[in-house]
Amino acid sequence: MSEQIKKFMYINRRAPYGTIYAWESLEVVLIGAAFDQDVHVAFIDDGVYQLLKGQDTSAVDMKNFSPTYQALGDYDVTKLYVEKESLEERGLTLEDLMPLTYEDEDDDWAEKDSIRLMSRAELADIMDEQDILFSF
Amino acid sequence: MKFAIQVNEGPYQHQAADSAYQFTKAVLEAGHEIMRVFFYHDGVNNGTNLTTPPQDDRNIVNRWSELGKKHDLDLVVCVAAAQRRGIVDEGEMKRNGKSAQNIADGFRISGLGQLVEAGIQSDRLVVFGD
Repeated sequence: MSEQIKKFMYINRRAPYGTIYAWESLEVVLIGAAFDQDVHVAFIDDGVYQLLKGQDTSAVDMKNFSPTYQALGDYDVTKLYVEKESLEERGLTLEDLMPLTYEDEDDDWAEKDSIRLMSRAELADIMDEQDILFSF
Repeated sequence: MKFAIQVNEGPYQHQAADSAYQFTKAVLEAGHEIMRVFFYHDGVNNGTNLTTPPQDDRNIVNRWSELGKKHDLDLVVCVAAAQRRGIVDEGEMKRNGKSAQNIADGFRISGLGQLVEAGIQSDRLVVFGD
């Protein structure tokens, strides 16, 4: 579908509800997955809340779209970076996040974690390597 | 250089809508190419012809239409974002049984793939929003 492969990074900076950015960002990631690019997704600042376990939106009558993140692995979106400092600043650890996995076709379809904990400095280096940065 | 522009915020509410326009204009004046302007989130509201700002203010929607006409710009409104926010062209009107259409001159409604494709095909994708 495309003539070249670029490094795409989607940067999620906002809480999952309150504004629509998180949900509409996920829609771009899912559509973009069809383009066979090198996809990276980062969760920083309040964006780390998007991956929280046990989200319940019934009291605010909004769609709980968090189960959709589980589908990312099937779309070959397997590089999800969570910023360590952002988690810590909010009193969270990896244990508070949904386990998200993918099956590695290069390793006999072994199930692997999609979420990679990165320091702010490491994430800055990864951002620096990207061709395209979408900020949501 | 080939630029693609993404506009994520609505007109008047947020200066990003103005900045995107001013930047696009400056890119063209400098002799570069704009391969697409993609309107997402509340940015789709830049593409409704029902906008009626006071006469002593800028008309953000018409401004895009005029620039688009002059430079043959591809002004694309995201269909999923547009459906949520009531931006409708003739096809969407028929498909969804709506009573009217309101897409502004020079804009078209299409999918998110157009945004990803813009990222792939341009030299620079510049995003305007918070």
